Amino acid sequence: METTGDLLSQARRTLTYLDELESEAVHVFREVVGEFDRPVLLFSGGKDSVVMLHLAVKAFAPSPVPFPVLHIDTGHNFEEVIEYRDRTVERLGVRLVVARVQEWIDSGRLRERADQTRNPLQTIPLLETITAGKFDAVFGGGRRDEEKARAKERVFSLRDEFGQWDPRRQRPELWDLYNGRHRPGEHVRVFPLSNWTELDVWRYIARERIDLPSLYFAHEREVFQRDGMWLAPGDWGGPRSGETVIRKTVRYRTVGDMSCTGAVESGAGDVATVIVEVAASRLTERGATRADDRMSEAAMEDRKREGYF
Amino acid sequence: MYTTHELLRFATAGSVDDGKSTLVGRLLHDTKSVLADQLDAVERVSRDRGFEGADLALLTDGLRAEREQGITIDVAYRYFSTATRSFILADTPGHVQYTRNMVTGASTAEAALILVDVRHGVVEQTRRHAAVAALLGVRHVALAVNKMDLIDFVEGPYLAALADFGDVATALGITEFTPIPDSALRGDNVVDRSDRTPWYDGPTMLEYLERVPVGVNPASLPFRMPVQYVNRPRTPSHPDFRGYSGRIASGVVRVGDPVVVGPSGIQTEVTGLEVLGVPVIEAFAPQSITVILRDELDINRGEVIAAVDEPPSVVRDLLGTICVVDDRPVNTGDRVLLRTGTATVPAIVRGIRDRLDLTTLARAQAEDSLCLNELGTIELRLAQPVAVDPYSRLRNSGSFILIEPQDGSTLAGGMIEV
Ligand SMILES: Nc1nc2c(ncn2[C@@H]2O[C@H](COP(=O)(O)OP(=O)(O)O)[C@@H](O)[C@H]2O)c(=O)[nH]1
Repeated sequence: METTGDLLSQARRTLTYLDELESEAVHVFREVVGEFDRPVLLFSGGKDSVVMLHLAVKAFAPSPVPFPVLHIDTGHNFEEVIEYRDRTVERLGVRLVVARVQEWIDSGRLRERADQTRNPLQTIPLLETITAGKFDAVFGGGRRDEEKARAKERVFSLRDEFGQWDPRRQRPELWDLYNGRHRPGEHVRVFPLSNWTELDVWRYIARERIDLPSLYFAHEREVFQRDGMWLAPGDWGGPRSGETVIRKTVRYRTVGDMSCTGAVESGAGDVATVIVEVAASRLTERGATRADDRMSEAAMEDRKREGYF
Repeated sequence: MYTTHELLRFATAGSVDDGKSTLVGRLLHDTKSVLADQLDAVERVSRDRGFEGADLALLTDGLRAEREQGITIDVAYRYFSTATRSFILADTPGHVQYTRNMVTGASTAEAALILVDVRHGVVEQTRRHAAVAALLGVRHVALAVNKMDLIDFVEGPYLAALADFGDVATALGITEFTPIPDSALRGDNVVDRSDRTPWYDGPTMLEYLERVPVGVNPASLPFRMPVQYVNRPRTPSHPDFRGYSGRIASGVVRVGDPVVVGPSGIQTEVTGLEVLGVPVIEAFAPQSITVILRDELDINRGEVIAAVDEPPSVVRDLLGTICVVDDRPVNTGDRVLLRTGTATVPAIVRGIRDRLDLTTLARAQAEDSLCLNELGTIELRLAQPVAVDPYSRLRNSGSFILIEPQDGSTLAGGMIEV
């Protein structure tokens, strides 16, 4: 079926929408490498970052990917994600830079929060690593369909020397003429998947047969419920009194800090069934699984202003 | 199923309170693109504000400032899909001072949905929006005549709006447009066909969006590919590979084609093509490809590989219509950077020929500057030649932006005339 579609569109010389999104993302990658000195790609092992890296490989073939990848490690990791991360960078021969939130806490530059959540603590290590590495372009996997504040994000998004995003001072983006000019100390966040939806990402993963961390697919896991979310106990912490751990068949829709990334009950064991599930889902990805984004309607906008992903 | 899906990029425009946010919310809602948690939030806020039912406009105003002021201040992008197409909607706000946003949204749109309130018909803003769509070369225009419920769905005022818009369209050279009577609030003729407009037999808004042709046949336009990046792996497996990577801006290219490289003027031949690592014999717009050429040449980012039989113009003087998108004006004598395709060259604003009045569509004598949201024709002198085309012929190789050299801001977007 795939092949028939591709051949048909080839004959009519029109691109299917996945091919068009792919071509657009590749164009963005090549623009950055053409215009910037030191790009870096944020790589968490989450599906969006995995798709970005896959696109980067295709964009520069047969050359290797011409920039390193950066992982902001909260220390509250799913084991299989770290294993996946290391296996992937090794296979592709890309350089991995890791910034460990734990090191910032140990040295007193950051303080653990009362709720033990470390997602908001990533901003400082991210900004300081960007400065230390003199990175001038930072690829992120953000998509405009994720959330209302992101819907207005540019593909090339300028950050000042404090890493801050000012929604009122964004450069208009006309045609496909991305403007990456910046002053010393400033950097540009670049979002090659801006125009992709969650479903597009999954369909692309299916089409390209992209390998993902196993926790994206249904598996049995010990979980407990907090604020309506299924959390997995781990080094980060576990159930408080009144919260009981049970075994459930679950999968993850997003991958992040274990303390605030919830699993969803699901029997979807492969990409095809995940696509069916995502297409039928009545909750947004973040609404379903991210505690920190549910805090307030403006939660994302506030964190973006401060320099978050 | 999705493998033959096409992608349509379109923009919406309307003046404040014509119901654009409601319409966009309605499109998203009725195509089942709004998820339960988003809808819950909207219903909660609607109740708090004493709105009966869900105020669908709340689905689309994103930023805090907008929430506070209740206006849309920036282009937002929305995504939805149906069984046959995926859509990217550039949602552009309608204030006078935000012409900039409409220009931005229209620059990538193939279709524009222009909204009027049937009680007011065509107003000054409508004329401005139609003018921007025409200038930016948006190929398809639909006129949504909204709030039909407030006039009990009678045909007369709809016909009046249609006739007025027809005059505007003719003046602008818009050869055809599709009028649709609708009620965004009640949902008539947006996704679901209304039984309250029996006199109307045209498409619903969604039918229109699903049927409007996407793109142009690549074979009908000359080949252009701005070089983004020279791919030289110098790896043991590819010691001598040298490819020119870029996205095809227009046309079709085949292995064996003679090509010219602009602005240098070098002629050579395509000996290989790759689409993201896979060798092919033919590629077409808008594919991202890597081209291998017969000769060892010194070709860099910023140059354009093009069809020999219909090459781009190589120029150092440009005439173009710009729209100023920064708070700072563009003045005669300014030193700026011009970005077109993948080329960035220093330029001087030699003069400002005229200012375009979007309301009357008259071109008036201009002073020495154009301010934010103003449009006009300017003359530019470039430090180095560039290979370009008229915008009216080739949208991608005829567009440019002007950049402020000190802080890198985007000052203006422009369309090349010669
Ligand atoms: N009766 C009626 N009211 C509408 C319709 N569409 C929008 N409105 C109302 O008109 C007002 C302005 O709508 P809004 O979508 O915010 O307009 P915008 O400024 O163009 O985005 C709101 O009170 C809407 O509820 C319609 O089709 N019929």
